[in-house]
Amino acid sequence: MIASLTPGLILVAGGLLLPLVPARLRNPFMLLLPLLGFWQLLQIPDGTVQTLQVMGLELTHLRVDRLSLLFGYIFHLAAFLSVIYAFGLKDLRQQVAALIYAGSAIAALFAGDLLTLFIYWELTAIASVFLIWARGTERAFTAGMRYLLVQVASGVILLAGLTIRYAATDSIAFGPIGLDSAGGVLIFIAFGIKCAFPLLHNWLQDAYPEATITGTVFLSAFTTKLAVYALARGYAGTEMLIWIGALMTAFPIFYAVIENDLRRVLAYSLNNQLGFMVVGIGVGTELALNGTAAHAFAHILYKALLFMSIGAVLLRTGTANGSQLGGLYKSMPWTAAFCIIGAASISAFPLLSGFVTKALIMSATAQNGYVWVSLVLLFASAGVFHHSGIKIPYFAFFAHDAGHRVKEAPPAMLVAMGITAFLCVAIGVYPAPLYAILPFALDYAPYTTTHVVTQMQLLLFSALAFAVLMRTGIYPPELRSTNLDSDWVYRRALPAVLGALGRGLGRISALGAKIVGWAQRHGNARLQRHYGPEGTLARSWPTGLMALWVAIMLVVSLVLYYI
Amino acid sequence: MKELGDRIYRVLLVLCVLSVIADLFYEKHAYFWWENLIGFHAMYGFVACVALVLVAKQLRKLLMRPEDYYDR
Repeated sequence: MIASLTPGLILVAGGLLLPLVPARLRNPFMLLLPLLGFWQLLQIPDGTVQTLQVMGLELTHLRVDRLSLLFGYIFHLAAFLSVIYAFGLKDLRQQVAALIYAGSAIAALFAGDLLTLFIYWELTAIASVFLIWARGTERAFTAGMRYLLVQVASGVILLAGLTIRYAATDSIAFGPIGLDSAGGVLIFIAFGIKCAFPLLHNWLQDAYPEATITGTVFLSAFTTKLAVYALARGYAGTEMLIWIGALMTAFPIFYAVIENDLRRVLAYSLNNQLGFMVVGIGVGTELALNGTAAHAFAHILYKALLFMSIGAVLLRTGTANGSQLGGLYKSMPWTAAFCIIGAASISAFPLLSGFVTKALIMSATAQNGYVWVSLVLLFASAGVFHHSGIKIPYFAFFAHDAGHRVKEAPPAMLVAMGITAFLCVAIGVYPAPLYAILPFALDYAPYTTTHVVTQMQLLLFSALAFAVLMRTGIYPPELRSTNLDSDWVYRRALPAVLGALGRGLGRISALGAKIVGWAQRHGNARLQRHYGPEGTLARSWPTGLMALWVAIMLVVSLVLYYI
Repeated sequence: MKELGDRIYRVLLVLCVLSVIADLFYEKHAYFWWENLIGFHAMYGFVACVALVLVAKQLRKLLMRPEDYYDR
């Protein structure tokens, strides 16, 4: 029984039961769930496949291999660390949402067919939005709404893709998919939205910085890495991904340099790190896919650590804006130290996790002769140190003293940051255990003289560039601002165009109404009621609601199967 | 603070020079010929970061709006 249960469902069930747990026991109870889930995961042998019949379809609710196992391990670990970080939280809604979100992301990893994947795909979207809404601000509400629309759209496109694929091939199996069919292209787009491909990316930078302090830590771990996993399974070796990934590593760092909200800077650098993983999937060799998996593993930890440290700053000072921070190393020395470890890890300093994982992707790209892509990745590596490695700790903890005299982060947050920082160092110093659980056998020595010296040159001279630009006053100051990104299209341009269209139509209909008299005006009003901007037939709920109902029905049938 | 900054800057300069000198003392295993040039990664890192900042600074003219741009 325990070995045929989809991993992750323990967390989902725990989330549903949480309201019944006495309030003061909720956090310890939450801490047990990832441990229990991890233990259960260890009971399932590699190669397990379990199917069940639902409404005449054969669903593979459990398919275990080395790729899903690796992501399963790190997702459990991320859930565990995030729960520790959120140990002081007394918000039932967020706690339930976090557990269902993490659990459904884990369950999605073990989906052997696209329909099961779709169910959990949508469940992660619906559960996670509450981590944004829980912030309680107007901005968070609207950002959450945009986030939910984009995420549900990704799910609906996935559903459309898998339906077309089923019609064409009579199979919904989730294996290599490829871009040679319409269904394959749609599924690719669905994955691409969740993976924050260029121009499909902006939901990430829009929503994550608006979530609660603890919510952002949860969010940073699961959604995008689930998409990386899905791409690795469905589209390994798809050459287009190399170019998409290279673009992803490069363009967000320009935004990161000029962005003021440090959590938004981190969201841009998250996007940049996803780019490295996507390049690895595109290259598609065993070394490259190992690199993607290893980098995802290391990335989840150091990214969570960075969000944790800036979250602690936000908690204590009430702001995450670079322009209003500085000098915090005196008040929050531990948080500063953990932040620096996270920053050095993402920058791939020797002896830290990013160094031993990104190297696999860089080597695979160079080995396969992608000259330009290699140069772009090298540029992005220097850039990520510049904006994440230096800018984040510098503007938060050093720079000019902004005068905040605050307490150090709460103990639970420090413990979570401490463990995460320890893991970042441990992976960097002793990568063998991580290398041993990668999808393919790996024989790779990250600590060659060439690699260490060239990487140190790259980092030291990037730091020098920062120092020179700072001292000469060329470096752009942190300014309170909003930077336009692709979300401008649906936040400004589309509403403006639709508004103008609506006003235009309104004028025309008013004119028409004047000419043909009261009866006609009456008809037009009815038309407006049903088809107008506020009309019943113009609402956009049917697809989203339909997807939700399908998801609910399938979850119910899954639950019934176990009973 | 200013003095400390100066000291860190000088240490950084020394480390930079040392890292390039290190190139003389081992045999590089590179994938591309230009990576064998002495101090290639040093040069690349420096130029990349300066270019990044200068371009980003220009982008501000194009992209920057008041903080409450979307709230109005």
